[in-house]
Amino acid sequence: MERQSRRGFLKAVGTGAGALALAPVALASSGAPSQVNNEELGMLYDATKCVGCKACMAACKRVNSEQGTLECDRAAFDQDALWDAPTDLTGNNRTIIKLYKESGQPWSYVKLSCMHCQNPACVSVCPVRALTKDRRTGIVDYNKDACIGCRYCQIACPFNIPKFQWDRALPQIVKCNFCKGTFLEKNGTTACASVCPSGAILFGQRKDLLQEARSRLQLNPGKYIQTIYGEKEVGGVNHLYLAGVPFAKLGLPTLPEAAPPGFSEKIHHTIYKGFIAPIVLYTTLCLIALRNMKRHEPEPQPTRKEGK
Amino acid sequence: MHHDEFQKQEGNIFTKSFFVLLTLVLIGVYLVGVRCFKGLGAVSNMSDGYPWGIWITYDVATGTAIACGGYAVAILVYIRHHMHYHPLIRSCILTSMFGYALAGLSVMVDIGRPWNAYNFFVPSRWQGNSVMFEVALCVMAYTVVLIIEFLPAILYSLEKSEWRRLHEFVDSLPLALTPDKAKLARRIDKVRAVAGWIRPLLDKVLIFFIVLGMTLPTMHQSALGSLLLIATTKLHPLWHTGFLPLLFLINCIYIGYSIVILESVISAYAFKRPIEVKELSGVARIIPWLTVIWLSVVLGDLAYRHQLSAAFRFDFYSCFFLLEFALIALGSGILFRQENRWSPRWLFVSAVLIVLGGALYRFNVYLIGFNPGAGWTYFPSLAEVMVTVSIVAFELLAYQVLVKLVPVLPKIHLHGHGKPGKTKSEQKVTA
Repeated sequence: MERQSRRGFLKAVGTGAGALALAPVALASSGAPSQVNNEELGMLYDATKCVGCKACMAACKRVNSEQGTLECDRAAFDQDALWDAPTDLTGNNRTIIKLYKESGQPWSYVKLSCMHCQNPACVSVCPVRALTKDRRTGIVDYNKDACIGCRYCQIACPFNIPKFQWDRALPQIVKCNFCKGTFLEKNGTTACASVCPSGAILFGQRKDLLQEARSRLQLNPGKYIQTIYGEKEVGGVNHLYLAGVPFAKLGLPTLPEAAPPGFSEKIHHTIYKGFIAPIVLYTTLCLIALRNMKRHEPEPQPTRKEGK
Repeated sequence: MHHDEFQKQEGNIFTKSFFVLLTLVLIGVYLVGVRCFKGLGAVSNMSDGYPWGIWITYDVATGTAIACGGYAVAILVYIRHHMHYHPLIRSCILTSMFGYALAGLSVMVDIGRPWNAYNFFVPSRWQGNSVMFEVALCVMAYTVVLIIEFLPAILYSLEKSEWRRLHEFVDSLPLALTPDKAKLARRIDKVRAVAGWIRPLLDKVLIFFIVLGMTLPTMHQSALGSLLLIATTKLHPLWHTGFLPLLFLINCIYIGYSIVILESVISAYAFKRPIEVKELSGVARIIPWLTVIWLSVVLGDLAYRHQLSAAFRFDFYSCFFLLEFALIALGSGILFRQENRWSPRWLFVSAVLIVLGGALYRFNVYLIGFNPGAGWTYFPSLAEVMVTVSIVAFELLAYQVLVKLVPVLPKIHLHGHGKPGKTKSEQKVTA
């Protein structure tokens, strides 16, 4: 009798956990690259053209401060609260200009903001669709009315872009959305690109930006690192970079070509395909439990039959 | 179902430990208040690099594994059909209920915009790709299932108890506040009748909830592992694997059984009851098999991904990995010997080792092995730790109180361990 129930147990575990165990195997056999949509909107930042004036930062905050409840980041010395002096992307900044400098090395500015991935990890993990990717424009946008503030997007983002307002009672996630709803619709470009005096920020369709970037690499092979950062990283992103110093030194992480959601969603979907595995597991367990109960009831002294 | 297997614990509710725990709970309440007005940054050391701190790592990811005793014993009783473990089940379900309810509570403290949490119930907001969505729904559903599983105990005491405490309370009130005694008695009778009516109905369908109580943890415990699948570039390769869901699932089951042992030994010590050695040694027999499977999956997977050398690099990550591995291996090694399984001391020691090792695994995945890049560090702040401590204190407090109000603990005479002198107190209880 006991052996039978053990077999039942193994069967039940087998059906449910089988899907779990098989998931990575299924994954290993498939590596189809997801389609890159070059019609989407994107941005090309050329670090060799940037003069570090930070007009883009000021324009961004002027345009988006209401939508993102952006405040000023005060410097420690600034007792009179005169300046906005952020040192990194924070819950008050959607974009920032940083300077990379090392003695004896060529220096470079870098502008950081949301990369608007082709297959964004933040959108994949958001449990309530607060982060969405517009299918036509490719813009990764944030909706504060849906967001529960779980910060899973921050865990997921390989670029550490989404920022959280840690010092607020009513916090939001802050990240660039290409000025959607504030500037883009009226002007056809982003605030940062519109004010850039040196043409370091180009805004447009990804295919045009890629073409432009390739021709710059060709025309000035000595000036640039010969890659377009963002073309292949994590399945391709829409915010592309050209630079004269290695991208890793500018704070742009070295990343694989596979998009993280491709890995996680594959496993998650294999387990929960059509919700079959949970239903099978539940039914099997129900049958076993009911049979066990029936067998148990007529016996007056349950403890004796184990006999061990 | 088998209400005669359980009994109330006699004793005063307002003990010294009650007030100590209450103080800790109140400190936590104050800190949560600070968090509500000044933001998460005011009480925690979490940052944009480490957006999940110990509240998620301990209270949710580890706390629910520790609360898996109910799940693990339910498998044993209803699926593997070892009915003689049934006496253990009620205290396990009770602790599971607290574990999950409080994990839910700490999530509400942790999330930044809790007033939007209703979006989990708005179908147009559902996001099937998100593991978090699945975890949230499963954990909420499981908490409800646990409450339903525990209802028979509450209904039973509503129906059968003499309402002594209420009467004492009413008697202690000043005359002006004392309600009409006859009216009170009639009301109590009504409650009794309703409880007596619901209980048999519930008993009939309870098995379907019990089985749901086994399906849901299987789903969300594996999903707790899947949560970190997305962190392909941030979680150290020692832990980032496609087998995360499987590892988390097995991990929660052996932690669950170990916690059953710990809980029984500790409550036997605290409430001065005999230890249920026979049942516990049976539970202990299962643990090493689970851990052996788990350890082989870990090793096999590391070998498959060519990461075995990373385990023996003896750097920061490798040390934590080896510690986790050693704790679990040592704990289960002890349990392979039959004499050790019959010794409460060895049972306790090995259960502690396995719970520590299993919990460390979850810390490794959620915090220690998580590296968002240069420049970010995390160590929990005192206030953050105190919130977690107060949540654990609340759990202990509620357990302590409930076992005295409701028949939860296994009846002593059933196991034949009870010393003759002890049966006297037990007769009082069954009244």
